Amino acid sequence: MATQERARHDALVAELKQRFGARVLDVDFAFDDCTITVDKAAIRDVLVYLHNDRGFDFLMDVAGLDCMNLPSFRERFEVSYMLYASKSDTRVRIDVPVSELDMDVPTVTDLWKSANWGEREAFEMFGFNFVGHPCLKRLLTHHEFVGHPLRKDYPLMGGQWCSSTSDMTEELNEPR
Amino acid sequence: MGIDQTILPATKDEAGIVTTRLDEIVRWGRKNSLWPLPFGTACCAIEFMGVVSSKFDISRFGAELVRFSPRQADLVLVAGTINYKLAPCLKRIYDQLAEPKYVISMGACACSGGFYDNYATVQGIDQIIPVDVFIPGCPPRPEAILHAVMKLQERIDREPVARRAQPRRHEVVDKFTDN
Repeated sequence: MATQERARHDALVAELKQRFGARVLDVDFAFDDCTITVDKAAIRDVLVYLHNDRGFDFLMDVAGLDCMNLPSFRERFEVSYMLYASKSDTRVRIDVPVSELDMDVPTVTDLWKSANWGEREAFEMFGFNFVGHPCLKRLLTHHEFVGHPLRKDYPLMGGQWCSSTSDMTEELNEPR
Repeated sequence: MGIDQTILPATKDEAGIVTTRLDEIVRWGRKNSLWPLPFGTACCAIEFMGVVSSKFDISRFGAELVRFSPRQADLVLVAGTINYKLAPCLKRIYDQLAEPKYVISMGACACSGGFYDNYATVQGIDQIIPVDVFIPGCPPRPEAILHAVMKLQERIDREPVARRAQPRRHEVVDKFTDN
């Protein structure tokens, strides 16, 4: 089973390297998982290709990562897209290094609807600016909250008192 | 309830008379008819369900009438983790309760933030609303909740009827202002 999956991953990596060349920065295999690091300039094209041509129909999660003080990383931040292709039962993770100085990342909400809340969470926790997102506002923290709490330089006990109550009417009324 | 004088009926057709003090009968009524509003946000609320149902049966203490509207309750039982986003809601619900009102803080999270020692969790609900009884535990046993209700009853028994006019209490309440 694992070898079949590895074969599918190898084919995918070969195809990506052929199409995107040096924009595919790194490929890593661990615990039957495949992680492909892609340059930010090509991330949108890579994800469009995986969605349209490789059958990755399910974006399981969008996660952020703060690599502050970790010398082995390319940039301070990373965005991770966890993808799943239900027809071929293939999982792959796409990582994008994001510089602290330029937090713009193209949105993928038009490809996967699940990217909407995933990108909102990554935005509020790390401060990524997902360009083209329909409603890039805080999801889990209070709307009065200031800052991005999962950044390494955010104080661990930096709770913030918020005065008003808020509801999720807007979210509930979102078109599906 | 302290009974000062009892006049038994002379015949079975007459009514008897019991005399007592007004504040004592008011306290007696209050402490034996607490209507809890369960502010349940975590596993503590599951323990509270056990307390309400037949095995532990909180109705033995007159507190079985669970209400989900603050207008119909006089005891907020905060059972679970309160985070900073939820804090204004808890404060507002407390404000909406009519006097006299009581608060039981149930479990480690509500009392002190529990093991959620981070930016998201309020480190004890007594920073937002005045608490009458704290219950430690993670989660506390149902018996502990019954104990807390009995402790609250004792407290009601000791307090002046107009307890909520005490300035210190308003100080605590006003510290965290809504809007």
